[in-house]
Amino acid sequence: MGELRKCQVLVVGAGPGGYVAGIRSGQLGLDTIVVEGDKAGGTCLIRGCIPSKAMIHAAERFESLSRHASEGGHMGISVSGEPSLDMSALVSWKDGIVERLNKGVEGLLKAAGVELVKGWANFTSSNRCLVETSDGTIEIEAENVILATGSSHIDLPFMPCDEEFILSSTGALDLKNLPKKVAIVGGGYIGLELGCALAKLGSEVTVVEGMDSILGIFDKELRRPLEIWLKKHGVIVHTNSLARGAEVKGKGASKKVELKFEKGGEEHTLKVDKVLVTVGRSPNTRDWGLEKTGVRMDATGRFIRIDRQCRTNVPGVYAIGDVSGEPMLAHKASAQGEMVAEIISGLDREFDKVSIPAIVFTEPEVVSVGLLPDEAEERGEAVIIGKFPLAANGRALTLEAEKTGGFVRVVARESDHVILGIQAVGSHVAELHGEFILALEMGALLEDIAETVHAHPTMTEAFHEGVLKTLGHAIHSA
Amino acid sequence: MGTYEFKLPDIGEGVVEGEVVTWHVSVGDKVSEDDPLVDVMTDKATVTIPSPTDGVVSSLSGDVGDMIAVGTTLVEFELEGSSGGSEEAVEEESAPVEEPVEEESAPVTESQPIEEKAAKASPPKISPPPPEIKAPAIAGKKSGSILASPAVRRRARESGVDLSGLSGSGPAGRIRHADLDAFLAGGGSVMGAAPTAYSTKRTEITEVKVVGLRRKISEQMVKSAFSIPHFSYFEEVDVTELEELRQMLNSSRSPEQPKLTYLPFIMLALSKIMPEHPECNGHFYDDSGVVHRHSAVNLGIATQTERGLYVPVVKHVESLDIWDSASELIRVSGAARDGTASLDDLTGSTFTITSLGREGGLGATPIINHPEMSILGVHKARDMPVVRNGQIVVRRIMNLSSSFDHRVVDGADGASLIQHLKRMLEHPALIFM
Repeated sequence: MGELRKCQVLVVGAGPGGYVAGIRSGQLGLDTIVVEGDKAGGTCLIRGCIPSKAMIHAAERFESLSRHASEGGHMGISVSGEPSLDMSALVSWKDGIVERLNKGVEGLLKAAGVELVKGWANFTSSNRCLVETSDGTIEIEAENVILATGSSHIDLPFMPCDEEFILSSTGALDLKNLPKKVAIVGGGYIGLELGCALAKLGSEVTVVEGMDSILGIFDKELRRPLEIWLKKHGVIVHTNSLARGAEVKGKGASKKVELKFEKGGEEHTLKVDKVLVTVGRSPNTRDWGLEKTGVRMDATGRFIRIDRQCRTNVPGVYAIGDVSGEPMLAHKASAQGEMVAEIISGLDREFDKVSIPAIVFTEPEVVSVGLLPDEAEERGEAVIIGKFPLAANGRALTLEAEKTGGFVRVVARESDHVILGIQAVGSHVAELHGEFILALEMGALLEDIAETVHAHPTMTEAFHEGVLKTLGHAIHSA
Repeated sequence: MGTYEFKLPDIGEGVVEGEVVTWHVSVGDKVSEDDPLVDVMTDKATVTIPSPTDGVVSSLSGDVGDMIAVGTTLVEFELEGSSGGSEEAVEEESAPVEEPVEEESAPVTESQPIEEKAAKASPPKISPPPPEIKAPAIAGKKSGSILASPAVRRRARESGVDLSGLSGSGPAGRIRHADLDAFLAGGGSVMGAAPTAYSTKRTEITEVKVVGLRRKISEQMVKSAFSIPHFSYFEEVDVTELEELRQMLNSSRSPEQPKLTYLPFIMLALSKIMPEHPECNGHFYDDSGVVHRHSAVNLGIATQTERGLYVPVVKHVESLDIWDSASELIRVSGAARDGTASLDDLTGSTFTITSLGREGGLGATPIINHPEMSILGVHKARDMPVVRNGQIVVRRIMNLSSSFDHRVVDGADGASLIQHLKRMLEHPALIFM
């Protein structure tokens, strides 16, 4: 057996939950070790949020260049000659960003006095684990353990990803060439974000979704502008359709993959260059000795069971982020990580957030904080709802953000005007969510927003107007 | 269309009536099968009664607070044609409109089978799906969390203030820093007072209707206190050795074993000595003048819940070891607190323990859980200076309060039980012999 290291806080996983927990523990003067088998930054930074947003931005750039290069140009700007795409150069540009952030995370951990141990942890008891590092096996014994092992792509058993023809999101972010035709199995946010980007880059995209609509977490009104965009850009969407299998056919460079799916009792076949499988993510609860920790799972058996302080049933063992439950979102994990570090340091904290914001970076973008109108009604709330179209917002027009009927929608309790939920759909609306979520956390009333001056000309005026609309007196909308 | 009378079904062993606590429907509401109709509270628990059918509510019997006997009509429904026998309904629809006689008679023939079914079918079939036991809904409670900024929430948490009990002075009752200041300045007792409240006289009177569980508790207390001549007895117990044992067991327990408090030891000790004190364990039915001395030791555990006092029961403590006792104690009191306790969890106690531990206190006069004959109150253990062999030493002391039904338990018998218990707790090895 190698050396035995003792520490006050052991964080397993250096994703957005784990590395934040590590940095905060370090700041609070706790002797902290973070164990990570891959690069620091986790799914979010290495093969999720960040790289996908880089690709999405590049695709956006490519699409506008194509418009300027098209016959007659656009907004009086013409570019002669077609823009050309070098996919591997695009991927290396993206890798550059990822690299920079990865080094940034490592630097931050170091600056906070946290040791980053590279290797996969394997627990032998609730507070001890073995880590195989390049310098041999070390054993770590911790007073407190923070489990932040994250989640992984779910494979379809009958068509597992080979990352060559059948891709997960990871493979889709490392393409060498732009596929001419792509089929996306699973119309959730991951598939649609990548689908929109590929469509902008020029791929012919088909989405195969098992439920009766794409992006089922949102309501019809909120999905509508995205559905219009997809339609306008030739993205074919098959709903109520179940993938049945995929087979690689042909030889050499002309190899294609045939996707079979069932729709309305009929079997369909789709010949494409790549199939992208985005049917969800599942928490990483295997192969690291979870069973040795004595930590219990929740009622579904999928996630580690935690309380409002992220404590598991085992004293001194905490779980945060994707492995501890929905929503599986980076910012939730980070907030939990920060909180747990503070709890361990002796501060009294509780995860009492009013809402965790959800954003989908499709074209147009979709944002939701708090309750959707349906959800509010299900809770027995009598609500008033105001919807303000981006087409009536000056700044949105100058940015071409209103495109396919985007809007800001406000849901408030009728009796006391407390804001219960805010949704927006349109280009660039993601950045509006900061004010939305602040309004919810502060317990804002419609009047609080109405009485706040929003600068002109900005898209934030659309929120102000949405609130006025809810109160029945929007200025720029009838 | 037909009508369907829904009668209060038999909701559990020996329950003959229930009190209406909350109506979930009102006249004119369209309901589907299994929709909650009404919360009814019985001696044992609060039960939500689901609708046995689809239909429209045409009348309700009983206001909140009324007692309803099992078998009385609770709700009348107008049934839609199609919710009856479906074949008949099709026939009815296809019948020519010109034959009013047949059309008028249709509802009668259609409603009869349903009523007959209601009357004849065996209870499990017609009675609604198993009643779920739950906390009565708190009327007017808003969904979502407390209305306060994150900074106020954090400060409240750090000051140990539960904001759910405060109503703020901000718009829509938003709790502001000033509200928290006022609350803290008032020693945490100025509930929801606005900062301006210092100079204002308070004249408000809040009327609280004594209904539901609170009324049950009130009735039960009156019965216990005025039909049973209580004899109370106090003693202090040196639990220094017990504490050492408890600490040792807690530090060496395996992860799946629960943390031990004093209670499981007391429970186990009682189960051990009860055969020598049979007059204290069981029920006295004063109407018929019979005492049932029980050989089983089923310990009621008085539990404070958000809804009021519950007494969930740990059954057959004589057959449990220390870990089982502790687990079962945690389970039943947890179930009582979160409203998931089954009827079985809430009935059958032969002796009750009320733990006054957390709040401290030197003594109390616990009220016997009628028709039981004894109750034991356990107080907080604390380090005290005591004299041992002429020296003042620090020992861990716990006070016990107890009450007995003096009609059937003599003072000497009650005292003897407590003295026996004291010996067991002071020499904890005896508990395990």
